[in-house]
Amino acid sequence: MLRDKTGISLMFVMPIILVMVVTSIQNSTFQLMNKSKLPVLVCNQDTGQASLQLLAAINRVGLLKVSPLPKDQSIGKIDKAMKEKDAELAIVIPGDFSARVAAKAQNAANKALKSFGLQGDSTKNQVLSTAPPFTLYFSPVLQEQLRFSIRGGLRSALQLVESRETLRKLYFAINEKQLPPALEDEMINNQSDIGMVSVSKNGGREVPNTTQHNVPAWTIFAMFFIIMSLAASVVREKVSGSFIRLKTLPTNYFVGLLSKQITYLGVTLFQAVVIFSMGIYLFPHIGLPGLNLPSDLTALIITTIITGWCAVSYAICVGVFSNTQIQASGFGAVSIVILAVVGGLMVPTFAMEGYMKTVSNVSPLHWSLEAYYDLFLLGGKLRDVFANLIPLFIITLILQVLTFIGLKRQNLI
Amino acid sequence: MAIANPPAVSLEALDFRYPGSDVALLSNLSLNIEKGDSFGLFGPNGAGKTTLMNLMTGVLNVNAGNVKILGHPIGTPSKKVNRLFGFVPQDFSFYDELSAVENLEFYGAWAGLDSKRIKKRTAELLHILGLEDVKKRQVGKFSGGMKRRINLAIGVIHNPSVLFLDEPTVGVDVQTRHAIISYLKELNENGTTLIYTSHQLSEAEALCRDIALIDIGQIVAEGTLDELNKKYKKKSLEELFLSLTGKDFRD
Repeated sequence: MLRDKTGISLMFVMPIILVMVVTSIQNSTFQLMNKSKLPVLVCNQDTGQASLQLLAAINRVGLLKVSPLPKDQSIGKIDKAMKEKDAELAIVIPGDFSARVAAKAQNAANKALKSFGLQGDSTKNQVLSTAPPFTLYFSPVLQEQLRFSIRGGLRSALQLVESRETLRKLYFAINEKQLPPALEDEMINNQSDIGMVSVSKNGGREVPNTTQHNVPAWTIFAMFFIIMSLAASVVREKVSGSFIRLKTLPTNYFVGLLSKQITYLGVTLFQAVVIFSMGIYLFPHIGLPGLNLPSDLTALIITTIITGWCAVSYAICVGVFSNTQIQASGFGAVSIVILAVVGGLMVPTFAMEGYMKTVSNVSPLHWSLEAYYDLFLLGGKLRDVFANLIPLFIITLILQVLTFIGLKRQNLI
Repeated sequence: MAIANPPAVSLEALDFRYPGSDVALLSNLSLNIEKGDSFGLFGPNGAGKTTLMNLMTGVLNVNAGNVKILGHPIGTPSKKVNRLFGFVPQDFSFYDELSAVENLEFYGAWAGLDSKRIKKRTAELLHILGLEDVKKRQVGKFSGGMKRRINLAIGVIHNPSVLFLDEPTVGVDVQTRHAIISYLKELNENGTTLIYTSHQLSEAEALCRDIALIDIGQIVAEGTLDELNKKYKKKSLEELFLSLTGKDFRD
């Protein structure tokens, strides 16, 4: 196996690069969302105060950094900047923005006064435009998830501006004087923050980082990627006639199959040790959060062993049913990616629709991931991961039975 | 109960057809090969030689009949009988990525030898078959002749009493063929029963004492070469072969 340089690079080097790259990218996204801000070009055609308040509110949301265009710059400038990839986001505030905010606020205030039993100025009720108050332009490269976050932030800023205007109108209608700035500030800008507490099984309140999410997930992926080397090796043995020769020798083939499984299980465990060690010792030196091992190391070892055994069983099974090495490698690689997607490595299973959730139960990677998340993120113990290890073990046994049937049908044992 | 002096190989009323096939490849075939014999199994392509070899070695399972090696039925779960014979398949059946020594050690372990015996046999075989100088080289990088020799060495690593050889000299040069045939003769002189198939009829004449001609799943002639030549009034195995199996292509 040591002479199979391609196989070793697929088993060790590629997963290590994958874990580092994915963790780094996700960490940068996290930094972007929490520390850096996305620049947004603004073409403000409005001359009123509401648009200026809107821009101030957008800046305060924390997600975006407003970059206003000079008044004489047209929408065409935005179009050009986005096409030339100078900007990913842009907002066009129409010339009647302040007027529309004022009209909407007046209508809301009138309704409120009426409901309080006071007489609002119904003559000031206006027909409101159904057009959106402003438009967000975005580059298609922005992921949907990020787009929705941005939209949420902008809605919150718009709501703030509209609420402020409604409050002013109400105050003026009741008191016939302007809302004092101190009171306005007290009522509008004094927003309460939301408390965020991580709820884990061991009662700990640590907030998991990107490493804690990514290293276990991609370690599972790496372990299953052993298929690239192992399935091809099984096919080679079949094609070369080694299986036939072994069949004529006195040792029972199950001894050989077991030896092969133990050897490759050792490789998968070594992969896990290498990747976890990298997370613990290397990541902090390259600016990434370090990996914290779970408190229940026995559970971690058992989970890793069963995951590794399942990965090896799957690889041997694919090898037995493949006729060529290309078949084994091609099917193996694609199937692992599919099982990873279905299993929640790329999109969490809790975010999946009903039937996809059911399908995810078929993926051994799903059960491994759930067990690892229980241990790495939720502070779970061995008893907590049993519910995940049992299906994983059953899938492994099914793969073993399929391998036996395949070998028997091909007259190899 | 095993008989007192059983033949090396005994086939009794064998029937065999491949799964899904309506045609029986072998039908009611019986044959005894005596201990110490050097037995040649010949026939045109598709006659059933390799299938018969695979049935005798337990690679395939018979549909009906019995196969016994030295009185012991083949294909039992314990595989104890597999210690008694060796098999040299036509294909190179070894691990390309391993060296000659590593292949011999691996297959020696599978043959049930202890490490001391494996080391001894490995050294002996590498010496006899002229592979000492390349013993640490990956066999995938060997020449065709060297691959044939290591293929043979693996088949005899456990000193089998009966050795099955499926075209052991195909595709090799004269020197390698000579070395392989000499070694096989030496094995036979020391008591190993050889069961051999080949299309090299002149080579077979030099090596085999008894022969059987097989065609369309049936043994069409069996005996020593002299007996058969006398019976069919032929001068060589090739003449005999053509007269009994015809000149039409078979594949």
